[in-house]
Amino acid sequence: MIAAEGIGFRAGGRPLLSDVSLELRPGEVLVLAGPNGAGKSTLLKILAGEMACSAGTARLEGKTLGDWHPRDLARRRAVLGQHVGVAFPMLAQAVVALGRLPWHGSPERARDEQAIAAALAEANVAHLAPRAHATLSGGERQRVHLARALAQLDGAGMPAALMLDEPTASLDAGHRAALLRLLRRLAGRGLAVLVVLHDLQEAAFVADRVALLEAGRLIACGPPEEALHPALLERVYGLPFRNLPGIGPIPLLEGALTQG
Amino acid sequence: MHIARIAPPQRRLADRPTLILLGGAVLLMAAMAAGVLFGPARISPGGLGAVLADFLGLAPLPDAFRRDAAVLGVIRAPRVLMAALIGAGLGAAGAAMQGLFRNPLADPGLIGVSAGAALAAVAAIVFGATVFGAAAGALGLWMLPLAAFIGGLAATLLMTRLGTVGGVTGVATLLLAGVAVNALAGALTGLLIFTADDRQVRDITFWTLGSLAGSRWEQVPVVAALVGLPTLGLIALARPLDALLLGEAEAFHLGQKVEVVKRIAVTLAAIAVAAGVAFTGLIGFVGLVVPHLLRLGFGSGHRIVLPGSALLGAALLVLADLAARSLAAPAELPVGVVTALLGAPFFLWLLRRRAGGVA
Repeated sequence: MIAAEGIGFRAGGRPLLSDVSLELRPGEVLVLAGPNGAGKSTLLKILAGEMACSAGTARLEGKTLGDWHPRDLARRRAVLGQHVGVAFPMLAQAVVALGRLPWHGSPERARDEQAIAAALAEANVAHLAPRAHATLSGGERQRVHLARALAQLDGAGMPAALMLDEPTASLDAGHRAALLRLLRRLAGRGLAVLVVLHDLQEAAFVADRVALLEAGRLIACGPPEEALHPALLERVYGLPFRNLPGIGPIPLLEGALTQG
Repeated sequence: MHIARIAPPQRRLADRPTLILLGGAVLLMAAMAAGVLFGPARISPGGLGAVLADFLGLAPLPDAFRRDAAVLGVIRAPRVLMAALIGAGLGAAGAAMQGLFRNPLADPGLIGVSAGAALAAVAAIVFGATVFGAAAGALGLWMLPLAAFIGGLAATLLMTRLGTVGGVTGVATLLLAGVAVNALAGALTGLLIFTADDRQVRDITFWTLGSLAGSRWEQVPVVAALVGLPTLGLIALARPLDALLLGEAEAFHLGQKVEVVKRIAVTLAAIAVAAGVAFTGLIGFVGLVVPHLLRLGFGSGHRIVLPGSALLGAALLVLADLAARSLAAPAELPVGVVTALLGAPFFLWLLRRRAGGVA
């Protein structure tokens, strides 16, 4: 659905991404993994159409992302950023309602209230709806903004993509698991899910495919057991890993500590 | 679905934009009626009736009420209309700039328009007669407003040029460019004041304090076009500005052409404020306090905040002008002094309330 071909991106003369090619397909969870500064967020921003790449092309259904009208793009993909603030006091419900903005002027408008209610329920934040956004905790805010993104994609009718940048960062263990289960459910309904994750166990648990980035290069892209192979991870992270069946790759911290 | 239990029990007022804006319109009408009816010159009910009857074509105006008709029709009506239009422009421009800069302390002064208008107005006061000589008389009433209008727009243009790097207008850069342009214009204004004679200094002082005393019917259509139309344009930006509440990247994710919106908002606000300031001089605090008040009462959604700020800003300036000409009658207080006298303590109270964690 969204295809990147030979993407490169330079900032201040430094290459942040070089020659990255991958495709995000409907009905799959594609995890972007890799060390800090590997270019995960940059790649996500390019695939979201937010930034233009300096080499290669990124297309949504064959049409270069930059040629899409922002509104039409917004009806096909939603993005959940790392830290989203709200400039002025707002109720959580009003924040979720902002997700319906792209549908202004379309017949889908009629379903606004229904879409908002469904998104609130799906992200499990219906009880937070009447609260002021500013009074919510970091994790609660994250989930409210997830509901906003879900409300945005309600009514797409065609394959749509949800892109999330480290969505589990401020969540507790319970809510992390709930979010990952939700991502699987969404993919099951045909949504294309692109998610940046640091925790490799979470990646192994949720991913259909993992794209492993290192220093702006895509060094592996495939099923978790391939792309998260301990030998590969040790090379990328400089730390020994062990793959526990049913749990995923575990970094062997003890070894790393005694090494140092 | 179990939505009914989740939603607050009764629909809050903030969910009823039409009702709120209708209330604002009624308030504005009441303020305008008060602005026309009251003032230092008393109009008897009989006089009012006679003038109204004449206005509606019901009965010719008796000679005894000629003075009343002049006070109402020639002096007060254009003044009230000008106050309403300019107040609406200041309110809407303030709301739009706060939304754009994502900062409750932003006001139109931030985009350089007031400082640029002031510099040009002061230059017109100091050099007008010298440069234009006899022509200054012919240009008459229009020279000062024209200079201020052009000066305000030029300052904003300079600022947006400075704040735009590689086609992207960074809000932080814009803010810093605004501070620099304001400082530069302020310094040049100071230089001009230094060279001015005593009478000019007095003119300059009164211009910077703001007044609607010079309002005339000829000015009303100009202000209606140059302030009224941009105000309507700003109100139409409610949805993009709502998206910008979340940030620029998020606004793009939500389908907005962010760069275009930024440029349009700054341009419309600059035109509305420059045209208003051109005829009245500087009027502070309307653009700052009015949007705050609306956000406090009805939430931050721009579909209420923008048109509400226009309505409430208009009502506020009409009432402030009424106070300005009534409080020290027969003398007149500068209306900018009145808005600041009302606005500053109110604003401080708001800040204290926020600090207390209420808002």
